[in-house]
Amino acid sequence: MHSASAFFEQRYGVTPSDLEKYLAAALSAGGEYADLYFEHRATTSISLEESLVKGATQGVSVGCGVRVLSGERTGYAYSDDLSSEKILRAARIAAQISSGPARVSAVGLADRSLPRNLYPVVQAPTDVELAPKLELVFRADRAARAYDARICQVRVGYMDEVRYVLNASSEGVVAGDYQPLTLLHVFCLAQDHGQRQRGFSGGGGRVDLQFFLGDKPPEHFAREAARQAIAQLSAVEAPAGEMEVVLGPGWPGILLHEAVGHGLESDFNRKKTSAFSGRIGQRVASELCTVVDDGTIPHRRGSLNVDDEGTPTAQTVLIEKGILKGYLQDKLSARLTKAALTGNGRRESYAHIPMPRMTNTYLLAGDSDPQDIIRSVKKGLYAGNFSGGQVDITSGKFVFTASEAFLIEDGKLTRPVRNATLIGDGPTVLRHVSMVGNDLALDEGIGTCGKDGQSVPVGVGIPTVKVDRLTVGGTG
Amino acid sequence: MTDLQQLAQDVIASALKSGATAADCTIREGSEFHATVRCGELEQLKEAGSKAIGLRVFCGQRVASAYSSDFTAAGVAQLVASALAAARVTSEDPMAGLPPPEEAGQITEDLELFHEDVAQRDPAALIAAARRAERAAFEFDPRIRNSEGSTFSASAGRKLLVNSQGFCGEYRRTSCSLSVTPIAVPAEEGNAAGMQQDYWYTASRRLAALEPPEQVGRKAAERAVRRLGARKVPTARVPVVFDQRTAGQVLGSLLEAVSGDAVYRKASFLAGKLGQTIAAPSVTVVDDGTLRGGFGTVPFDDEGVRTRRTVVVENGVLQSYLLNSYTARKLGMKTTGNASRGLAGNPGVGAHNFFLQPGSARPEEIIRSVKNGFYVTDFMGHGVNLVTGDLSYGAAGLWIANGELAYPVEEVTVAGNLLEMFQGIAAIGSDLEFRGWLACPTLLIAEMTVAGT
Repeated sequence: MHSASAFFEQRYGVTPSDLEKYLAAALSAGGEYADLYFEHRATTSISLEESLVKGATQGVSVGCGVRVLSGERTGYAYSDDLSSEKILRAARIAAQISSGPARVSAVGLADRSLPRNLYPVVQAPTDVELAPKLELVFRADRAARAYDARICQVRVGYMDEVRYVLNASSEGVVAGDYQPLTLLHVFCLAQDHGQRQRGFSGGGGRVDLQFFLGDKPPEHFAREAARQAIAQLSAVEAPAGEMEVVLGPGWPGILLHEAVGHGLESDFNRKKTSAFSGRIGQRVASELCTVVDDGTIPHRRGSLNVDDEGTPTAQTVLIEKGILKGYLQDKLSARLTKAALTGNGRRESYAHIPMPRMTNTYLLAGDSDPQDIIRSVKKGLYAGNFSGGQVDITSGKFVFTASEAFLIEDGKLTRPVRNATLIGDGPTVLRHVSMVGNDLALDEGIGTCGKDGQSVPVGVGIPTVKVDRLTVGGTG
Repeated sequence: MTDLQQLAQDVIASALKSGATAADCTIREGSEFHATVRCGELEQLKEAGSKAIGLRVFCGQRVASAYSSDFTAAGVAQLVASALAAARVTSEDPMAGLPPPEEAGQITEDLELFHEDVAQRDPAALIAAARRAERAAFEFDPRIRNSEGSTFSASAGRKLLVNSQGFCGEYRRTSCSLSVTPIAVPAEEGNAAGMQQDYWYTASRRLAALEPPEQVGRKAAERAVRRLGARKVPTARVPVVFDQRTAGQVLGSLLEAVSGDAVYRKASFLAGKLGQTIAAPSVTVVDDGTLRGGFGTVPFDDEGVRTRRTVVVENGVLQSYLLNSYTARKLGMKTTGNASRGLAGNPGVGAHNFFLQPGSARPEEIIRSVKNGFYVTDFMGHGVNLVTGDLSYGAAGLWIANGELAYPVEEVTVAGNLLEMFQGIAAIGSDLEFRGWLACPTLLIAEMTVAGT
């Protein structure tokens, strides 16, 4: 494993005694806790359209964030210059959240970087030459165009990054990590008799380029995007109103992310602003539903060895057989509510304050045959793919937009329908889950979650699931 | 010449020496301040500054870019090397290039973008303003029992652009905002069911132009309280009124549809519709980069083209797309000075101050004109398909019965097609107010599908 502390020491001269010095400055005005987050991020992005690679970008950003906690208060400052002078200045600014003499001192720092590595890579994706990455986007373009003559426009994007992060806290813990991340995505437009429709697919994870040379080649994503665009050409208006909805496996797990996941983040619950506040131990879903958040799945986009506060990630049961079990914690909320850490303190970058966030969130498999689930619906909607979602934490209302859906008529999938937003109520939607399939699948590795203006990579998963009642927002 | 302009010139010289045939370089420097007060107590304080550099190089018709936050000599050398390495492998794009030299230019008069009251802010005063706004929300109604907080943000930034055709421009901007998110709780104790939150905010390039904190707090509280007791309604086709906030989101979709990128890719439902009637005759939409102190005002765009006023839709007829030099070349047109880019990558298209011209009806009059309909005050989701113009959003708001706001509504969707919606605009409010770079008055759409029970 690549040692983050060695990286920052060799490249930027940040020594263990520097870390102690910065923490002492952060605690100099009486703060109860302080931490440092060093980040070095290298990225590559390539974009193709009209069968031309029209752009390629490589870049580097480096910085250090300093946080000080004092009761419920957070002071934060950062520097994109890793000189002693600048980091000390940031530490003194963050320290001002408290006022008074220093009360706590950083205890002897020890490196607690984990021996495990959930995402070993043969070669850092950012160290690979551009040529093989270009080959991936050209292959995706050719496959999408070859899929059907009605595919009139193909756009392909490839992105990779490698982050070195180093967490040091006044509790004496130093934890580093080395985090690769790659993503390939394909957008297609299909045209037929003046009608135009779109399709989108993509995937990746904390993997190297080998990932795209194995089971998930560029052609896999290209054909899926092309297939969706072609299928949409015959789409009819989506229905409007309450009906039975069947969610397909994989990416439709975004339902869990929006309907329950955000509402179980501990900051909202500590402040009693979530529709799930004070509901631990209560029934919030049917007995068929067990929902977990798991940051430890190897190579997944939402996985981390340690979260962005240096806490090892874990598997956390949120809902067990329908009963609400727990919340997702970061250090601040765990301190204030005297809860155990769950490894869900995350942030977009060194310039951002950590908060409780999901990692990979999924519903455990049940024992229904997916075909039986569809057969059980007389008139309803099958939603196989979604383009995104959102939730109002306080009222619990959530939406997600189906990018590929079909009418179910007499137990069979019939016509594809145009894009429609589905809306429901988070604390009650899972109570209406009446069948859970045996086909749990995780998404392909394309999710990005936004909260308070911060984006972090996440994963979702779900088996085929039947919801007895959900409002579908079509026009038909 | 400032130190950063010199640095940008040196970077370009170095790129040209290393084999680039053309290049442009942007440097951005900024400082940010955020203070959040929640339930009367300071909760978060954040203060920092940063700077970064971006370089785009052309090797003939190949283009690539690089960015960095490392301003050391080694960092800059690495920046130039990685941009050039990438430019050796990208494709020849016959349309790639800097804007035509005759398009280069900038507005030289003072656009009132930088204000000392924001740059020389007093943190204690801003925290106090956030506290006052939240207190006003709590005092507005006893059912405001909780809060997601009140945040004061202030920032100052400097942005410069230099290219190998001799363009050199730089400007400074400040901005500040105060937002409040109160929570209305129906019952006194322990029950999370039925809680509602909403927000309101004020924003400007100078502190002195912000609305009073108490006014912001009361407005936010009023919006949250009126959502209490919201219910679903039966599925129906009815007239729909969009308030400023949601009308702005609808207008935002029109903006995406007239953006040159979506048009030349034929990924917009407005591709090929120039000169055609796409909206009701009362609809005029303008993008104006020259409004003094505006959020979208800049002296030049992100390619170094002088900003201007562009009429996009006039009396319902689509008059112009918004273009940068690349999309202009693709469409055989001229740039409208709407290039927009981050540190690195090819420029995209961005609006300046984009707005729908106000009508004469006050919002209350528009609501009074509706016998049975839906007044939408909040959207959820990202339910617009730009290719087809299909729109389907989660929505909340108030039901209109006999011209009166009768009761709150939630957990419903509104759906329609953008082209039909713009053609079906039956009334436009007089209430155009800029709280950002995009603004739209209240709109009445003759008929849309509201899906509920």
